[in-house]
Amino acid sequence: MSFDQFLSITPSPVLSGLIWVVIIIALLYLARSMVHAAIHSAGGVLHNAMRIGSRSISRAEARLKERNKEVLLAAGREAKERIIEREFERVGDSVDKDLSKYPALRRRLNEAIARIDEDHQNAIDVPPSPPGWTKAVEVVAKIDAPSDYMIGNILADIHKSLVKAHNQAIEEYRKASASRHKILSGMMPQWIKIQQTLSAVTKNIDSLLKRSRAIDRHMKEYEDIVKGTDRAVQTLSSSSLVQFFVSALVLVVALGGATVNFSLIARPMAEMVGGTNFIGGFRTADIAALVIILVEITMGLFLMESMRITRLFPVIGALPDKMRVRMIWVTFTILFLLACVEAGLAYMREILLQDELATSAILRGDTTLMVAGDFQWITTAAQMGMGFVLPFALVFVAIPLETFVHSMRTVIGVVGIGLLGIIALLMRVLGNVFRYGANFLQKLYDLLIIVPLWIEHMVVRKRNGSASQFKEVSP
Amino acid sequence: MRIRILPVIFVFLLTACGEPVARNTGAYLLLDTSGTYSQELDKAEHIINYTLTRLGPSDSFAVARIDTGSFSEKDIVAKVTFDDRPSTANRQKRRFSEQIAAFTRSIKSSPYTDITGGILQAIEYLNEKETGRKVIFIFSDMKEDLMEGYIRDIPLELDGFEVVALNVTKLRTDNVDPRQYLDRLEGWKTVVEASGGNWRVINDLDRLEKLLGH
Repeated sequence: MSFDQFLSITPSPVLSGLIWVVIIIALLYLARSMVHAAIHSAGGVLHNAMRIGSRSISRAEARLKERNKEVLLAAGREAKERIIEREFERVGDSVDKDLSKYPALRRRLNEAIARIDEDHQNAIDVPPSPPGWTKAVEVVAKIDAPSDYMIGNILADIHKSLVKAHNQAIEEYRKASASRHKILSGMMPQWIKIQQTLSAVTKNIDSLLKRSRAIDRHMKEYEDIVKGTDRAVQTLSSSSLVQFFVSALVLVVALGGATVNFSLIARPMAEMVGGTNFIGGFRTADIAALVIILVEITMGLFLMESMRITRLFPVIGALPDKMRVRMIWVTFTILFLLACVEAGLAYMREILLQDELATSAILRGDTTLMVAGDFQWITTAAQMGMGFVLPFALVFVAIPLETFVHSMRTVIGVVGIGLLGIIALLMRVLGNVFRYGANFLQKLYDLLIIVPLWIEHMVVRKRNGSASQFKEVSP
Repeated sequence: MRIRILPVIFVFLLTACGEPVARNTGAYLLLDTSGTYSQELDKAEHIINYTLTRLGPSDSFAVARIDTGSFSEKDIVAKVTFDDRPSTANRQKRRFSEQIAAFTRSIKSSPYTDITGGILQAIEYLNEKETGRKVIFIFSDMKEDLMEGYIRDIPLELDGFEVVALNVTKLRTDNVDPRQYLDRLEGWKTVVEASGGNWRVINDLDRLEKLLGH
């Protein structure tokens, strides 16, 4: 039935249209309660579904948060244990070193003190004894004959002898004082030695005290981590994020180094494995160069593991010390050989490049480029040096890699928590949109049938008015 | 886990050991030595040397002259398939260049011009080499002049071939009636394209980068 047919039920299309409008509005009015119920239930169902979904996601978010916290705390605990272990090792080393020297130190101190004591004894000042016959002078002087010539002579002789004795005594006293001063000045090195020894002891004790304070601080943080306090979690979380970005940056730098390394060896590799062989769409020479770099990185990882700098492979860390040392030497030897190979390849690259340039120049008939520059050896040496050094530089990739891997767990957790939070919020908002949307649709529906609703309203009002009048009259 | 990994490794190995796709280039240059065109050989040497710089390991290159009867291996002046190793390939290039230089010094002009015979020989050579890309350069004025009795009205199998006419000079008669020149080129284009080939003309020898370009 076409639209024109709808408008042709009466001769006038307008009248036909009006009739249809009335019929439709009447039908909508009759179906009002059912449509309202349907809209209400649909809105309710969607709202509840979104609410339940949101709650479920919120629970998942909480679980993930808890799990992330556990991971974070476990990682933090492990890291802190390593730090404390290392601090204790340092304290142990320091104590071992200093205590082993203690007997010698004590002996040196005792010897120095004994020597000082001996010197001190030798340096005691002995006053010169007064001459014994001064009393004789007093007796002669008391003789009652002042004008006696003999007495004068005796006294003059005595005076002369006294002056002489006095000079001798002073001379001896000076000599004795000089020798005592000499002994005292000989004590100075002993004093300096004692002072130096005591300074060293003080320094060691200060270092120990400093370390013990650091251990106290780490222990406090460790306790916080074990207790799982919010502060500890917050600190570990921010630290983990910083570590993630810093290690990612370092890895990007390392990737740059690996790319340079690759370009150094890919070209000459074609000379060894052929320049036109392909494996799965990639040049065999490129794959070979990549394999060499990857082997270098792997050897670097093993070397770092064997040296217990990183802990990515617990099996290597748990090996007996003898085996570990062997592994260090084996991996280092392989790395050294690979570095030598790379240096050789870098040299070969330069030769090939020169050869290619020379051939191109000959073919172009250009003879100016055929003469090698005087400074050619600089680029050759630089390339060889890079070829040799880069494999060893790539060894240190293991450290940021370990940090990246460990911190990535936490970062993925944090990102996951954020995403789940956003999804839960969106679902909650969407649930409310459905709920209020249903109300809005109901109102919109009522707007379409506003005329019959108004009539209904008037009728009800009138009926209620009559009923109330009847109620008022009837009593 | 091992059970899951094994099929992946197996598939990878199958892919790796499958029929290798040829990625090398085969180039065959036909050199017109007839009449006045033999004076253009300096340019030809320049083009050959340029082509050598553009070819790499595993590529094949041959230079043949166009004379009275060009469908012959004897007309191949120099041919080479470059070694896999770049250093050896460089040495081969130098030797090839020397051979061409010696040839251009000792060339003798031929009375007739059998271009079709040369193209047939080029098709045979490049098909034998099984290169991934096949290019035939024709350094000629493209004026075919067959000796009586030579039959060249035979279909060419140029499917997958690129035919590049180089330095197509104008003859004296072309100057009188340029339609002859245009008809000549159009005729060769029709022949090449009807045989499944791809036709190009490069007259500007200062822009040789288009020579092996796509």
